[in-house]
Amino acid sequence: MEAEITLTVDGARRTLAVDTRVTLLDALRERLGVTSPKKGCGHGQCGACTVLLDGRRATTCLALAVAHDGARITTSAGLAGTDELHPLHQAFLDHDGFQCGYCTPGQICSAAGVLDEAERGWPSAVTANITDITDTAGAPALDAGEIRERMSGNLCRCGAYPNIVAAVAAVAEGRSR
Amino acid sequence: MTELLRPRSMGQARERVDGAAKVTGRARYAFEQPVERPAYVHPVQATIARGRVRTMHTGDAAALDGVLTVLTPDNAPLLATGHDPELEILQSPEVAFRGQLIGAVIAETPETARQAAGLVRADYERQPHDVTLSPERDDLYRPDVVNPSLPTDTGQGDVDAALRAAEHTVAATYTTAMYHNNPMEPHATVALWDEGGLTLHDSTQGVHAMREAVAPVLGLDKERIRVIARYVGGGFGSKGTAHAHIVLAALAAKRMPGRPVKLALTRQQMFSLAGYRTPTIQRVRLAADAAGRLTAIGNDVVEQTSRIKEFAEQTGVPARTTYAAPNRRTTHRLAALDVPVPSWMRAPGECPGMFGPEVAMDELAEDCGLDPVELRVRNEPETDPDTGLPFSSRDLVGCLHEGARRFGWQRRERAPRSRIEDGWWTGTGVASSTYPVHSAPGTSATVRLGRDGSFEVLIGAVDIGTGAWTILTQIAADALGVPAEDVHLHLGDTDLPQAPVAGGSSGTTNWGTAIVEAARSFREKYGADAGPGDELIATVPANPHSDRFAMRAFGAQFAEVRVHAATGEVRVPRLLGVFAAGRIVNPRTARSQFIGGMTMGLSMALHEDSVFDERFGFVVNHDLAEYHIAACADVESIEAQWLDEHDPYVNPMGTKGIGEIGIVGTAAAIANAAYHATGVRIRDLPVTADKFLD
Repeated sequence: MEAEITLTVDGARRTLAVDTRVTLLDALRERLGVTSPKKGCGHGQCGACTVLLDGRRATTCLALAVAHDGARITTSAGLAGTDELHPLHQAFLDHDGFQCGYCTPGQICSAAGVLDEAERGWPSAVTANITDITDTAGAPALDAGEIRERMSGNLCRCGAYPNIVAAVAAVAEGRSR
Repeated sequence: MTELLRPRSMGQARERVDGAAKVTGRARYAFEQPVERPAYVHPVQATIARGRVRTMHTGDAAALDGVLTVLTPDNAPLLATGHDPELEILQSPEVAFRGQLIGAVIAETPETARQAAGLVRADYERQPHDVTLSPERDDLYRPDVVNPSLPTDTGQGDVDAALRAAEHTVAATYTTAMYHNNPMEPHATVALWDEGGLTLHDSTQGVHAMREAVAPVLGLDKERIRVIARYVGGGFGSKGTAHAHIVLAALAAKRMPGRPVKLALTRQQMFSLAGYRTPTIQRVRLAADAAGRLTAIGNDVVEQTSRIKEFAEQTGVPARTTYAAPNRRTTHRLAALDVPVPSWMRAPGECPGMFGPEVAMDELAEDCGLDPVELRVRNEPETDPDTGLPFSSRDLVGCLHEGARRFGWQRRERAPRSRIEDGWWTGTGVASSTYPVHSAPGTSATVRLGRDGSFEVLIGAVDIGTGAWTILTQIAADALGVPAEDVHLHLGDTDLPQAPVAGGSSGTTNWGTAIVEAARSFREKYGADAGPGDELIATVPANPHSDRFAMRAFGAQFAEVRVHAATGEVRVPRLLGVFAAGRIVNPRTARSQFIGGMTMGLSMALHEDSVFDERFGFVVNHDLAEYHIAACADVESIEAQWLDEHDPYVNPMGTKGIGEIGIVGTAAAIANAAYHATGVRIRDLPVTADKFLD
């Protein structure tokens, strides 16, 4: 069974007919040729397929394309808009936050989500005092412990974690100044 | 002695050449090649561990809309047999392990292919399977050699007598688990078979190696096969040798001439089809005199291989070469089981083979009343105990001392279970590490002068994330005497000059040497008169110093471990590795190699364990939710440092290879630190919470 859907991917409107079983990830990769999000496990366990889905980070391998008709999707390739690189891209380059690069677009989309969530005052499992945040509507400081916790949905087998944390921290610090 | 290349670009922490393409996701990996109207392949796997397929029922699958064909042992294209039983798929009804390929569906879409593969039913003639690894088996056998072609057993003196006579002894059994490489990019191939031959976009560590492996099986002249791999999402050994799925992709392509076919293994399929590290059982014996000088070292290893193909992990090797002792013995015995085919995983041999001896050294230090660093320093050999050759360079002692200084080792309490902080037992541990300098003659590279005065460097090397794109550019720049900006590399294609696999930490040695040879020869031939289009190909001969020196990198791993007193939760707040690994070409990418290896070692120490269900013969935790690899929150402070080391014998760059030494010794350092924290000695990996609770 097929359904026609429209997706806005990195600013471009794309209309396609999809088998209703097709995941959002396979719609992007195999139907639209958008290969910035990667398939690492197909089960939402590794995070390589992470994009910003209507502004929030999401694992596209666990989403059915037909359920996201009209969605706005930003991949790492579209994160910078018309600029060459997003500050997160540059920070990952500066801190060598990757080796093979396969998990990297997902890490970067996830990091964009982390920065946004923290700015909205969303706590994580390691946020020491949740009431402080909600009372002031302030952002929890993204220290290394917060970043590690919030980035743990994105696996990296090359083991670039310390560099990823440094990269995200650098961008977070730049924003808070 | 070779004159080492003068470093100008080498030594600079240059940003990755392929960095921007990777962070944005524009770099295209194997499965992402834009191809017209692809067909999709989904494998069908055996659901028994031993026996034969009696009948394949493919009617329901074939009847599905969008199914193009169903491959089975009855109708698959013929392969040439007798080369590699792992690769000779769909040629007989025999089943040698659960998960083995017995068929495939080719369909218009991945969804249809997968659905149809699920509709294929096999009737089997089952035979009892045997998948139990045990040192008590009476059918353990002695392989002719261990990987890659090392002696199976070594010995000198009398270890038994030395143990009887010694002041201090350790004799214990240590085990490492079954591990799966699990690179983030699943193994994938896009294959096209047309009048020009076979083109394979493959996720591989070696394009030429892959071609050499599949050409005889497919019965094709290797010149008719092109393998391309410009970007590869990790491998850690599992993409270093050909596995069955590449042949399946080729068979599917042969059945669909002129149409590209795409095959990506699922994460679950990788647990039976992409290789793994054998579990090891190590009977380690150490003997020492009153001053803590070793009089004997022994490691008797038992491990498994598959019934259809032998892979003998060289786990005893570190015990041959790390410390001096007059009496020595290493042996390897294998059980050939109805299990998937084991293969390379990051530092085969050295990685598991450092766990037993380095934990045993910790036990010996305690027995001798010596600091574990001091015990290791006291047993530094003058020459390689294995070969008797001098080391081309060796600075294990320097690594231990520098690491101890940086880590604050002197503050350590002597007795275990001495420090508890906020409910966490806290301790520190150390282990040595070593990894050989491998090199293979025959690597070629081409240097060509372009129209704009820049150079093109062509070599069939593959960057699986190591940084090869970047550091080979730096090496070429120094070899040619030009800025790195004036060098443009071409990698990852069998149309480029012959290059060996990205494995054995040998990439920089082999590829770099070829590039230096080509650059030097180019300059000699053309001097200052080179014009656009001038080019030269050079091939590397064997290293003349290989027979005169033992060549190894060394390192020391330091770990701090906290174990929660109530729950047994284990954390590693600090890891420090100090390495003597020759010249470092790029500090930025090198640091990532070291800490990446150490992270995988931490993951091995605390998390990784492929749980094999002996009733059915397969890994039950076959995905990334249950086969836990270290996540961001598991890794706190990991530091890598290196000592300046000038080794004029290894290669013209003075490099030793750094892809694997980071994982070697890490698990032992963590287990030793866990003992120091708690007083609980763990000899069986992984170090999990339950092992601290009575």
